[in-house]
Amino acid sequence: MPFKIYVCVKHVPDSAANITILDKTRIEEKITFIINPFDENAIEEAVQLRSKVGDAEVVAVTIGKPAAVETLRSAMAMGADRGIHVVTGDPPDSIATARALKAAILADGAPDIIFTGKGSIDSEGFQTMFRLGAALGVPAANNVASFRLEGRTATVESELEAGGRAVIRMPLPCVIGAGKALNKPRYPILPDIMKARKKPIRTVPMESLDIGTPPASVQLIELRPFSDRRQAKLIPGPVEKAVEELVRLLREEAKVI
Amino acid sequence: MPRIGVFIETREGRIKPAMSGVITAARGPNHELYGLVLDGRAADYKAQLQAFGIHRIVDVASPTGPLGWNPDTWARAIALAMREFGLEALFGLTSAMGKEVLPRIAAILDAPLLMDCLRVDVEKRTAEKSQFSGKTTGVFKLNGAHCLYGMRPNVIEAIPAPTEAKIDAFQAPVTEGALIVEALRLEASRGVDLTEAEIIISGGRAMQNGDNFRILRECAEVLGASVGASRVAVDAGWVPHSMQVGQTGKTVSPKLYIACGISGSVQHFAGMKTSGVIVAINTDPKAVMMQHCDYGIAGDLFEVVPILTRQLKASLNHG
Ligand SMILES: Cc1cc2nc3c(=O)[nH]c(=O)nc-3n(C[C@H](O)[C@H](O)[C@H](O)COP(=O)(O)OP(=O)(O)OC[C@H]3O[C@@H](n4cnc5c(N)ncnc54)[C@H](O)[C@@H]3O)c2cc1C
Ligand SMILES: Nc1ncnc2c1ncn2[C@@H]1O[C@H](COP(=O)(O)O)[C@@H](O)[C@H]1O
Repeated sequence: MPFKIYVCVKHVPDSAANITILDKTRIEEKITFIINPFDENAIEEAVQLRSKVGDAEVVAVTIGKPAAVETLRSAMAMGADRGIHVVTGDPPDSIATARALKAAILADGAPDIIFTGKGSIDSEGFQTMFRLGAALGVPAANNVASFRLEGRTATVESELEAGGRAVIRMPLPCVIGAGKALNKPRYPILPDIMKARKKPIRTVPMESLDIGTPPASVQLIELRPFSDRRQAKLIPGPVEKAVEELVRLLREEAKVI
Repeated sequence: MPRIGVFIETREGRIKPAMSGVITAARGPNHELYGLVLDGRAADYKAQLQAFGIHRIVDVASPTGPLGWNPDTWARAIALAMREFGLEALFGLTSAMGKEVLPRIAAILDAPLLMDCLRVDVEKRTAEKSQFSGKTTGVFKLNGAHCLYGMRPNVIEAIPAPTEAKIDAFQAPVTEGALIVEALRLEASRGVDLTEAEIIISGGRAMQNGDNFRILRECAEVLGASVGASRVAVDAGWVPHSMQVGQTGKTVSPKLYIACGISGSVQHFAGMKTSGVIVAINTDPKAVMMQHCDYGIAGDLFEVVPILTRQLKASLNHG
């Protein structure tokens, strides 16, 4: 049986896109969407692992609207062998997401390892990998900066505060949340993109998955534009004088030093 | 009387400065506040915790002594303490440690969790957090038996509320599970983590190389600040990724952020837009950072920063 590597990838608005709030909780989606940046590190690590293991398969999984298929294509252009698309309407919270990821993965095969990103840049939940690990009853590490597999033991370095790291050892299967320092994601070239178009994607309606009845939820009730009331005050004059004025303002007006 | 827990983060025998704001956020009309301490030094923290309104300090340990750092055992121990003391909510910091521990607790309890909160209403069970790289603020309702909130450091002003605290010992019957912490590599870590720093001075492309960051470090030393960077400076290999501020770096909210030679891309702003006061130093007065700051100086950072360091030194020495 091939070694099964699953990678959870999320379809998110490009960080440079303008976000327009349509009604209380929805945004205008005619903007550029991308694969969540940290999920690129997850795919990269999975693809590198596949070549080390040999007989292994990389499966990208996404939960999202029909358009999220684009993100599966990106993952496959980077090297994933195939994709699973759990199709939803409104985005589920991370509790339901983790349950759906678990159900979709287990319906497909027995994972040896699961990669995720360390966080998603749209909802910024910072929790799906831990919930997925707990749901599967397997250990999880996040913000992983280095990864090594020996036999069925994974050793990772997880980033701690101020550049420190914890060296963590876990048996397979486990969940690994990729950080930016883990690797440098490859940039797919045209032939990779063409090849990705022919790779298989299985589409699964969210409703068809058995995710039980979550005992808890987090519900978005309102989105508001971030308002920044700063009034930029450019301090004129020769540098020496300007700095003097800045120090005075920081002390007396802003009272922050 | 709602019982609310606060996961007290400490570092080298001290409560992290950003905790006072978190405790302040957890207070409310007739809340009974429980401070959960895991480093075995609960008694040392009594004076400081009760000064901010903690009523009961829970000294969480294993039956054989203090729990060494293992995010998995810590999370299981805290989840057990929450059940033991009937805590209906738990507050913590969205720091490197909080990001390891809070989501694990939420996963164990199958409880709702909102990280990086800017504001929380414990009674209504609602909280606000930034979304889409800080371009919008989302208001969320949490439903579940226990609600968890990770606060963005420094967003809530710390206000003392003196009370008398009592210490409870709690021995959580947890042993190391499948996840083993083999070693801690702290040699690379320098000072306070950016996410918790009260003052940050950051450099961007204009720094030109890693050596030049020395002038920012000199200024930081005088201010008691931490040094940050834009992605350009990190990608160029001038400074480590742990110093990157922004969407794919750290989200920070210091009371003072000084951006030196940083243009102000959306991705950089995503990581620092909730800072208290923003100062921009940039040769280009039209740079976005100069237009979305509180105070800007149009000038060459290599000239401005050393003068700032010198003047701060003089000014802070005299008062
Ligand atoms: C998916 C994605 C994620 C990203 N994540 C991040 C992130 O997390 N953090 C981040 O920072 N960026 C991030 N970026 C990159 C971001 O888009 C910008 O490229 C980057 O922030 C620019 O860095 P900078 O301001 O240092 O450089 P520049 O934009 O080149 O600006 C340099 C500035 O220095 C000024 N200057 C030049 N010389 C001097 C001098 N001698 N004195 C004073 N000022 C001078 C110039 O006027 C200019 O304003 C991301 C991009 C993408 C696509
Ligand atoms: N809808 C989703 N579909 C697939 N993977 C997801 C989804 N949401 C979150 N993830 C994964 O979980 C990681 C962390 O997300 P979050 O907890 O939202 O910060 C992401 O980097 C993804 O790898």
